Amino acid sequence: MDAFQFSRATTVSQAVQSGSGSQTSQQGADVRFVAGGTTLIDLMKLRVERPRIVVDINGLPLDKVEPTPSGGLAVGALVRNADLAQHPTVKQSYTVLSEALLSGASPQLRNMATTGGNLLQRTRCVYFRDTAHACNKREPGTGCSAIDGHNRMLAILGTSAECIATNPSDMNVALTALEATIQIQGVKGPRSVPIHDFFLLPGSTPQRENVLEPGDLITGVTLPPPVPGTRSLYLKLRDRAAYEFALASAAIVIKAPGGRVEYARVALGGVGTRPWRSLEAEKALVGRPASPASFRHAAEMALKDAHPHSENGFKVELAKRCIVRALTTATV
Amino acid sequence: MDFTELIEMIESSPSGQANSAPKSAGDKKPEPPSAIIGSSISRVDGPLKTTGTARYASDYHLPRMVYAVPVCATISNGVILSLDTSKAESMPGVLHVMRHENIAPLFRTSPGGARSGRTSESRPPLDDNSVYYWGQYVALAVAETFQQAQSAAEAVKVTYQSSKPNVSTKLDETIPATGQPGGPHVESTRGKPQEAFDAAPIKLDATYVTPAETHNPMEMHATVADWQHSETGGDKVILYESSQGIVNHANVMAQHLGIPRENVQIVSKFIGSGFGCKLFPWPHSALAATASRKLGRPVKLTLSRKMMFSNVGHRPLTQQRMRLATDSQGKLVSLQQDYRNHTSHVDDIRENCGEATPFLYSVPNLQVTSALMKRNVGTPTPMRGPGAVPGLFALESAVDELAIQLKMDPVQFRLNHDTLIDEEKNKPFSSRHLKECLELGCDKFGWSKRTPAVGSMRKGDLILGWGVACASWGAGRGNSEAVVALRADGTARVSSGTQDPGTGTYTVVAQILSDKTGIPTDRIEVVLGDSSLVPGPMSGGSTATASVIPSVAEAARQAIQAVCVNAVRARTSPFFGKDPTTLAMTNGRIHAKGDKPETGTPFQDILRMASVAAAVGEGKTGPAASENKAAADHSMHSFGAQFVEVEWDPGIARLRVSRVVSVVDGGRILNKKTATNQMAGAVVMGVGMGLFEETIYDPRNGHAVNDNFADYIVPTIADMPQIDVHFLDIPDPFIGEYGARGIGEIGLAGVAPAITAAVYHATGVRVRQLPVRIEDLLTTA
Ligand SMILES: Cc1cc2nc3c(=O)[nH]c(=O)nc-3n(C[C@H](O)[C@H](O)[C@H](O)COP(=O)(O)OP(=O)(O)OC[C@H]3O[C@@H](n4cnc5c(N)ncnc54)[C@H](O)[C@@H]3O)c2cc1C
Ligand code: SF4
Repeated sequence: MDAFQFSRATTVSQAVQSGSGSQTSQQGADVRFVAGGTTLIDLMKLRVERPRIVVDINGLPLDKVEPTPSGGLAVGALVRNADLAQHPTVKQSYTVLSEALLSGASPQLRNMATTGGNLLQRTRCVYFRDTAHACNKREPGTGCSAIDGHNRMLAILGTSAECIATNPSDMNVALTALEATIQIQGVKGPRSVPIHDFFLLPGSTPQRENVLEPGDLITGVTLPPPVPGTRSLYLKLRDRAAYEFALASAAIVIKAPGGRVEYARVALGGVGTRPWRSLEAEKALVGRPASPASFRHAAEMALKDAHPHSENGFKVELAKRCIVRALTTATV
Repeated sequence: MDFTELIEMIESSPSGQANSAPKSAGDKKPEPPSAIIGSSISRVDGPLKTTGTARYASDYHLPRMVYAVPVCATISNGVILSLDTSKAESMPGVLHVMRHENIAPLFRTSPGGARSGRTSESRPPLDDNSVYYWGQYVALAVAETFQQAQSAAEAVKVTYQSSKPNVSTKLDETIPATGQPGGPHVESTRGKPQEAFDAAPIKLDATYVTPAETHNPMEMHATVADWQHSETGGDKVILYESSQGIVNHANVMAQHLGIPRENVQIVSKFIGSGFGCKLFPWPHSALAATASRKLGRPVKLTLSRKMMFSNVGHRPLTQQRMRLATDSQGKLVSLQQDYRNHTSHVDDIRENCGEATPFLYSVPNLQVTSALMKRNVGTPTPMRGPGAVPGLFALESAVDELAIQLKMDPVQFRLNHDTLIDEEKNKPFSSRHLKECLELGCDKFGWSKRTPAVGSMRKGDLILGWGVACASWGAGRGNSEAVVALRADGTARVSSGTQDPGTGTYTVVAQILSDKTGIPTDRIEVVLGDSSLVPGPMSGGSTATASVIPSVAEAARQAIQAVCVNAVRARTSPFFGKDPTTLAMTNGRIHAKGDKPETGTPFQDILRMASVAAAVGEGKTGPAASENKAAADHSMHSFGAQFVEVEWDPGIARLRVSRVVSVVDGGRILNKKTATNQMAGAVVMGVGMGLFEETIYDPRNGHAVNDNFADYIVPTIADMPQIDVHFLDIPDPFIGEYGARGIGEIGLAGVAPAITAAVYHATGVRVRQLPVRIEDLLTTA
């Protein structure tokens, strides 16, 4: 870890001000906010992150979960993953989010991890995390060690010739299926970005993972009102039973009265370079019977553009089975 | 040095000569032990551990101590072209940057001779500018604080000339034929295995692969070196270590450092486990000692988890071709095992995969051969059940496949080939109850309810798979010394230069002394983990318990004799003037033999009457044959059987181990609780071996890219099956008076092959290359 300056922000505007001096808010940022620290401090120890200035935002009043006037839910950026997962409204009306959070990391980590930090957690690609190897995301232009290397855990959807890293978050997958909106306070004022537009595909700039600019502070995440009559769930498949990232996961929000699908949201984790909303699967489901055949068809649609690499070809089939099982369980 | 037979090595270790005279087989049986033997008393060091008071190597903070952080190579094959330390040396707090050019004096260990010792990596650290594996130490930064040392290590600039490394997991290179120079080494042979194989009607020819595995004990290796310069030339060094073999460690370090053995002291009071990677010293120990020597200050060097994957050994990759054949009745007629394992460029380490093959089953024609393949990896080292564990994965998998081919129950097939004679050595087993292990296991597991067809057993929506495998591990004991002091305050102290790697040695030693004297364990002080004590055994090969307890028992007998002599000499003693050989000690009281113990006098009263502080006895014992000649005419092994249930959800390719029954014939069990603990732990390790663990070397650069606990996965609590452990608890009549063989390794040996057998039973997929992965199973259903 390199030496850095440490300060505590007491107001949102002060935090934004401190952050605005940074060259970038993406990989290589020289100013970083720290919330739970479970991603940032880890990467600083590995010297993947080397901020000059670290601003502690834990003192900001962003730790509330409150209903919105329209019947949705506003989640503060500093709400801990453990608290959000156990929040009664989340458990009852946004089950998929509670389940996704509980499937992630370990109890200790969830006690520290925050909503904002989880949104911005970084890939687990082993080459990204070790400065001895070339990595376009960490050091643009150096090459991607994973494409011809150990890529079993990496993405099969949304990859580019420059980067195939997975977005590892479980929470993000649920938020995608719930069509959440990210609330950002920037130098020029507040703005809202739908989660679907928040994350960027790697393309030729894998170091840019989202739309944040220097100074941008995530203040919270807003969930739209729950869609009446839907059921939601999160299914995560992985090598061991706990404390591991997904090989494939599915977040489903679905309504199928009388055995016919009326509404469906399908998002995938562990397979995409960003939390993966599958509009193809959704389209294939709506208006069709809630049957094994149409579930399988939807799964085929979701993975039709999959582009596997040397070690992760199995994820194509695994993701399909994950979708089918999640849909089946949500509609019985 | 070839490292093959751990136990043979321990039995032949040169230190000490037995002082208990050998008895002939006809000697009368010793008294049965008291109730404390076999009881489930808790670890005597438990409170120290649960309160954080136990001091592990890196817990030592000495005055004026400084910190060392190694610089690790980022190539795995090549040479260092330049190593620029100028920036590092000018950084705040930095005291020294050690490298090849300035490390002297540091010596190689001399082979042979007294106190030669065995090191792990024969090449001393920073020996030259060559790099043989990723992560190899190329320099060492020493600074006032850990952070300063780490920053300095990061600031050392190294350039390399890198050659293409070879870390290939295919051990297929062409080598000369068996028997030719450079060809495979014949480990064991009898009959005409190839002819019998060729002629047999039923055959199996399959190759099994076990990956490189990293030991990963919780506690990282660490050395705190305290070099004490002496004006008069007699420099001394104390090394606080995490060592499974302090005596050997001292021998090795004396040679590396070129100072007399008595000037080296190794302290290893508590060990956060080792599984073998702490048996022999690794280069960091010599680095820390040398840094302390140069700076005249204590130096602490703690490995990172990352370094644990490259610098302190691993279980090597094995590739084993198994050829088995039976006659038309299903009787095994030929068994061949041709195995290869990878090793490093600096050491030839043979992973003895044929450890159990020549004697586990009755078969007239057999051959085991081995060959080594050089790879750009660190030197492999014994890992729990070295050789036997990967070897039994191959053998037991092959037996399962053959039984299936024969449409025979795999338990029955094994029972049909049980033998009480070791057909390799042509000697009877000292005590073999494999049959009883299988029978008890069947009963506890419910094996009779098994239906053999693949996928035929269900639990709700899940498919169940049931599998079984046998386990074996050699038994033996080596030289050990111990000192027992019975003290005038009514307490006792027992000491020996062995160590407790977390298995319960402190506790078992206290139990033995309590058994011999009647003194309760809470009044017994056990002192281990210091090489300045009389030499005790290494904690390896499941031999430490069997080795140390005879010396403790002998020392106790001698201490009791010393109390009796005091009893007849002290004027105020009720036994004054009597013949000391007519006296005995029971429940802490000295009494005339034949009299009730309650009529006797507490030993501490006798000692006070005699005005002595303590009556001291010393025990020096050796291999079993040094005590009982008949032991040499027997083959000594522990046996076991492991039964596994897996739950298989084909829809999402989810496999979990749900139930394990482990039955072990390890001789007498001294402490049921610590023993059960070992067996249950071994099951957990077996689940890891079966389903998760593999050190993955990137073929392009040789880096173990999953060198951390997020990417090298091991079982979590949620992966835990229901574990049911049983011991036959039948004393071995030849290993020593307690009949305890040792159980450290045996619990692991059958778990992985039982898992893959169960996986086959559930899924129809035979996994011959560990670990079993989702991608292996996804093709079905
Ligand atoms: C061993 C391990 C296992 C894990 N397993 C899983 C798993 O299975 N599933 C899973 O989903 N996750 C897993 N995680 C990741 C974990 O969920 C994240 O580390 C955590 O959510 C990050 O939150 P944090 O508050 O600690 O973030 P921090 O580390 O504090 O911050 C992360 C990043 O976000 C930025 N940031 C934080 N808050 C804000 C804000 N309000 N505005 C702008 N920027 C901000 C920081 O500058 C930093 O760049 C695991 C982590 C570890 C260490
Ligand atoms: S996949 Fe992305 S993160 Fe991984 S090495 Fe390639 S560029 Fe870096």
